Amino acid sequence: MDKGKIVDNNCPIIEVENLTKKFGDFIAVDHISFSVFKGEIFAFLGPNGAGKTTTIKMLTTLLKPSSGTILINGYDVIKYPHKARSSFGIVFQDPSLDDQLTALENMEYHGVIYKVPKKIRSSRIKQLLKFVELWDRRNDLVKYFSAGMKRRLEIARGLLHHPKILFLDEPTLGLDPQTRTHIWDYIRNLNKEEGITIFFTTHYMDEAEKLAERIAIIDHGRIIAQGTPEELKSKTQSNSLEEAFLIFCGREIRDQEATSIERMRLRRRASRK
Amino acid sequence: MGVIYILWLRQLKRHFRSKARLIGSLGQPLLFLFALGFGLGPVFQQAGRGNYIQFLVPGVIAMTILFTGVFSGIEIIWDKRFGFLKETLVAPISRFQIMIGKTLGGATVAMIQGLIVLGISSLIGFKIENPSLLPLMFLFMFLIALLFTAFGTAIASVLEDMRGFQLIMNFLVMPLFFLSGALFPLEGLPKVIVIISKINPLSYGVDALRAVAVNGSYFGLFNDFLVLSVITFLLLIIGSYLFSKIQI
Repeated sequence: MDKGKIVDNNCPIIEVENLTKKFGDFIAVDHISFSVFKGEIFAFLGPNGAGKTTTIKMLTTLLKPSSGTILINGYDVIKYPHKARSSFGIVFQDPSLDDQLTALENMEYHGVIYKVPKKIRSSRIKQLLKFVELWDRRNDLVKYFSAGMKRRLEIARGLLHHPKILFLDEPTLGLDPQTRTHIWDYIRNLNKEEGITIFFTTHYMDEAEKLAERIAIIDHGRIIAQGTPEELKSKTQSNSLEEAFLIFCGREIRDQEATSIERMRLRRRASRK
Repeated sequence: MGVIYILWLRQLKRHFRSKARLIGSLGQPLLFLFALGFGLGPVFQQAGRGNYIQFLVPGVIAMTILFTGVFSGIEIIWDKRFGFLKETLVAPISRFQIMIGKTLGGATVAMIQGLIVLGISSLIGFKIENPSLLPLMFLFMFLIALLFTAFGTAIASVLEDMRGFQLIMNFLVMPLFFLSGALFPLEGLPKVIVIISKINPLSYGVDALRAVAVNGSYFGLFNDFLVLSVITFLLLIIGSYLFSKIQI
């Protein structure tokens, strides 16, 4: 079964060094460094506002780092953004579908802008839509879909161009256990069969514990722990990842991370005063 | 090419699926056409300026294109807010391609709305003096559409949300329309208004449409073409630059 799955510890597919992002005086990500190896399932965990989404945005070329370097599949994301972009797929935290288009049209759009050849495109779209059980609804406008259906469609879309790395920012948020299991099974399968590297964030510690081969925990913009789930548990002498996580990050409740747009607005308002 | 086509197609689909918008963007031009066309017609005639409908229709067509074009460009703000722009921005395609695809799509939509108004106008008695010049009229309509969609795109790249939209409408788009000679002849006006209308690109669009459809150009057709194409070109460059700076 494991024919495509080789985790090569000498071959990092994501390399991050001294990555920093500042919004004005606020340091969202503070000199973090880590590597993700080819074929690995890597979980990036942290409380709300720790800097997870900001980091993912920088890794996926949506935000420019203030300093530091990122190599995706060997390509510097600043110097070779297109090469880096072709190497990954992403499922965003918030919905990013066009709800005036049908499910099929959203998939088509993605296939074309990722230059998936036409022949492969239609058969792969069919296969993926069937998998997420939306094939029967393919000609319905996305605006009539439930949150769970939208999420399933986004996951199918993120896989359409068979990327080397798949970024998943809280992919199972708000989904029922059935759908969650279903989606993770497929993702794990993709990882095994196709050797796709998986980089995901989640607040469900049981998901991370079950799936991740390695974990990094980020808090206040810094990586405070890294290792396999077993290593993290033994370091904190806890029985579950959830316990370990709470020991690493403390129990205080965090404010929700502001979006960069909101932050920009705050900054602008501040500079007006 | 496929990339630009799919972006273009998306704009068209969105426009024609939203019946409210399709009809809404016709409401204002038709109101101007009927209320002003028939309301001011007799006064215009008495002043010895001829048929007001003939004079007004090119202006109202230009107005339709202006509003639809700017609005289509500004739609990028919705894409920002509802996340769809992220999906497009992480794709391995250049931002220039995205900007061109979206702008061509918006311009096509604006052009189609202009054609609908032209069609309705001919039902209420508007006549193109020389039908063989119709292709030239379409060319100018498309040029105006491209110009103002690129303008909308440039604005949307800078704005964070729809709250700035009213400001843009009231302080930029409305003045562009009212001070363009769309509703009244530019001859014999106070100097200030003449100067303003001379730096207003829409004036050249209105003038060109009027020159082609009913004769009588104020700036000269060649000048119209020159001004419109140079400004369109500049706006496409500025728009692409601003668009390439978007961070989400």
